[in-house]
Amino acid sequence: MSRAGTRRGLVRALRVEWRASVSLVGTVVKWLAVALLFPFAIALADGRGVAAIGGTIFVAVGLGYALERLDPDPDLGVREGFLMVALTWGAVSVVGALPYVIAGQGTVALPVNALFESMSGFTTTGATVMGDISLVAHAPAVMMWRQETQWLGGMGIVVLAVAILPELSVGGAQLMDAEAPGPGIQKLTPRIAETARALWKAYIGITALEVVALYALHLGGLAPNMGLYNAVAHGFSTMATGGFSPEARSIEAFSAAVQWLVVPFMVAAGTNFALFWHVMNGNPERLWRDAEFRFYLGVLGVLAALASLLLFTDPSILVHPDVGPIAGNLESSLRHGVFQVVSIVTTTGYASMDFNDWNSAAQFLLLLGMFIGGSAGSTGGAVKIVRWYVIGKSLRRELFVTVHPEAVRPVRLGGRTIDESAIRGIYAFTLLYLVCFLLGAAFLLVDASLFGRGISTFEAMSAVAATLGNVGPGFGVVGPMGSYDGFSVASKLVMVVLMWIGRLEILPVLVLLTGAYWRS
Amino acid sequence: MRAVVVGAGEVGSSIAASLADSHEVVVVDVDGDRVDRLTFDIDVLAIEGDGTALETLEEADVAAADIVVASTDGDETNLAVCGTVKTLSEAFTIARVKRTAYLDTWQQTQGAFGVDFMVCSDLLTAQAIVRVVGLPTARDVDPFAGGQVQMAEFRVPEGSPLAAQTVREADRFEGLTFAAVLRDDEIEMARGETVISPGDKLVVIGSPESVQAFAAALVREPAGDVSDVVVVGGGEIGFLTAQLLERRGFAPRLVEQDAARARVVAEALPGTTVLSHDATDLDFLEREHVGEADVVIAALDNDETNLLVALLARSLGAGRTVAVVDEGSYVDLFEAVDVDVAVNPREVTAEEITRFTREERAENVAIIESDLAEVLEIEIDEKSVLRDRPISEAVADLPASVVVGAITRAGERITPRGDTVVRAGDHVVVFVRTEDIERVTAAL
Repeated sequence: MSRAGTRRGLVRALRVEWRASVSLVGTVVKWLAVALLFPFAIALADGRGVAAIGGTIFVAVGLGYALERLDPDPDLGVREGFLMVALTWGAVSVVGALPYVIAGQGTVALPVNALFESMSGFTTTGATVMGDISLVAHAPAVMMWRQETQWLGGMGIVVLAVAILPELSVGGAQLMDAEAPGPGIQKLTPRIAETARALWKAYIGITALEVVALYALHLGGLAPNMGLYNAVAHGFSTMATGGFSPEARSIEAFSAAVQWLVVPFMVAAGTNFALFWHVMNGNPERLWRDAEFRFYLGVLGVLAALASLLLFTDPSILVHPDVGPIAGNLESSLRHGVFQVVSIVTTTGYASMDFNDWNSAAQFLLLLGMFIGGSAGSTGGAVKIVRWYVIGKSLRRELFVTVHPEAVRPVRLGGRTIDESAIRGIYAFTLLYLVCFLLGAAFLLVDASLFGRGISTFEAMSAVAATLGNVGPGFGVVGPMGSYDGFSVASKLVMVVLMWIGRLEILPVLVLLTGAYWRS
Repeated sequence: MRAVVVGAGEVGSSIAASLADSHEVVVVDVDGDRVDRLTFDIDVLAIEGDGTALETLEEADVAAADIVVASTDGDETNLAVCGTVKTLSEAFTIARVKRTAYLDTWQQTQGAFGVDFMVCSDLLTAQAIVRVVGLPTARDVDPFAGGQVQMAEFRVPEGSPLAAQTVREADRFEGLTFAAVLRDDEIEMARGETVISPGDKLVVIGSPESVQAFAAALVREPAGDVSDVVVVGGGEIGFLTAQLLERRGFAPRLVEQDAARARVVAEALPGTTVLSHDATDLDFLEREHVGEADVVIAALDNDETNLLVALLARSLGAGRTVAVVDEGSYVDLFEAVDVDVAVNPREVTAEEITRFTREERAENVAIIESDLAEVLEIEIDEKSVLRDRPISEAVADLPASVVVGAITRAGERITPRGDTVVRAGDHVVVFVRTEDIERVTAAL
């Protein structure tokens, strides 16, 4: 058989109706224009950024319609679903990058930087390449779009699409499964669109609560610079566990009262939203009975106590130049310890102070925290607390079975037992996650070394852990007050991919790279 | 009384046989051979047919029946039989089921499935086993008067502190009545001068605390609390036994050979350590220190294997052994070869169903030693010979084999003495020889 014949054979053997997937991606992109109306209104009121946002709306609608025409009657199978979810996140990130490019201000105007910023926004990472973060250097409309991308990505663009687009109701459960954080989704209602709506309602409700609470602090005189704009901006990025802030110094820029108030909302953002749905339906006891939630609070508590203790007893940061006394000051060391641990473990990525000034023990605790992640079904990233819980229990089972070889001991999560195949899936995911982390760190170090930008191993590792886990800030140059702008284009693109696969939990993207996916 | 028994399997035919002595019994079964055999074996009317079909039930004349027992092997069939019977008749319906889910439903919703009384043989067996585990040395324990009173049967071990004492000397437990001494399958009523000797079986009736105290006094060194229990066999009986033990705070170990079944059991029982292996493998039993267990319960499907497991456990040094025995005639044999307690599911089931076939007002029944005697709970009415008289006078009008073991009045327990006066409405728990039951229930 000739070479041309082989290629034709391959094309004919393609078993994925990619047109259907792309057409639905077009629908989602088209609807992105509606989300852009909010910053557009700000632009109209403010006068700056009208072209940036308006132009993007124009592109979103046009591109969306064009893609939709590829397949007027899309029919999603399992494989098309994976492709659709993966492409959706790529497409919205590309379209979402346009306001930065059109506005043309600062480092973020460079296309690769704009894509990095946009992907970092939608994936709720919060890693930034902006050099000068302020409402002076950038239009308030563009900065609000930056916050809003996080909020849209938090509960999930595809979940939102399932909630409002009737054509996605049939394959919706599988689409949400591919996108939602954690192993498997919980259907709360008989119809998947209802479930998606319930999750978004809980999400919108808690976000609104935070905005009101933050603004109330401002009105009460406890937060002078937390105006309505900042309250909305931080509501968007807290509940998404995003981490972007229109303030260059992140949450350090606000009063202690604001920092304390943000902590419970970050904890809530890292909680399974299905639990809030149960609470709103009059079953608050479901929250305390949930094994994952209790374990999550326990991990947060232990790490926060350790970090606070390290801050309290460290004589090297007796008085910090930016935030005042820490060591020996109970309130301040407790506040920064708790805030930073919650921020990192839930993968929010806010900073109440520059933790580059912490000692190495406390910094290492935070690096560990980057791998823990929020609960399944939350907006948090990384490995997810439930996977570590299951791994811990199954390892304990291994030890028991070593002593009693005949013992049959199912792994339990709360009252339910977990399938052995699900446990295998959890091990596979976690190992894959660690492999991605190691390879990513190796790439960054090699790339930096070849092109003469020396970065330390710790910096490279933290950068990869922070992007793959959708955390945001790392240590050193990529610290909470720093920027990812110093990396080469290749390294930035690798991190864009890391954020993308990290948000979708690797497998739905990786499966697209296998031959078996494309063939029958 | 007219009784219809649907399903003439092992349980059905034994119920039919025990009812046939004093009642009119109709038996329905789909198997023609079985119907033929029953017609000749026992004095019942046997009908071949499907018990869920209307015409079969009409042929059996359930409309005239007082009681219908559905005891086929199929749970759903039994429920359908009861439901159908209720459309034709006012008869009291009894259904035998295996799945505890049906029992739960029935208990939570009064009269579900048209069933008036539901008997779950596996659960009854498990309950009987767990009651025995709770009391060291007890062979049989049954609750009466809503748990206020217990009947227990003990075997006196070698070297017991009570051996060689008379009943009068041993009778020092507040609230406890000695009912009878069983010696070589003969019943001897407990008189003051009766001497207790090793190997005797004692039947006592009293408060749960006094039964507990007696159980402790019976052995030289009280073994302390039973803590380590091993259940062999993950079938329905083994599973339910482990579940009941879990609920009582034990952390039992359960051995089930079939890996898939072991997984199912392990998933349902978080407090039980499930081991998947052949329980007759001596190496395995030694490796898992089964010999250090306080109680080993053999609840496999096969009597012979149960015997083997019990004997293996005993040879390794296990404290007590309990075996499930399907074949009623093996019970004595098992106990003769050093199995401490043999539990027969059919006897347990028959005991439960007998409660509702008693013609008179017996509310609760325990059968002693394969029907040598019974312990009955009876509510005293206006016509009773016991009413408004001291017990010492009333016993003159009763057979000599009757012992009044306990009395409860408005939920309060009263220890019966010769001068105790029984009133209408009191519940009395009495020990009666089987041959005197008809006379006693009539007199009380």
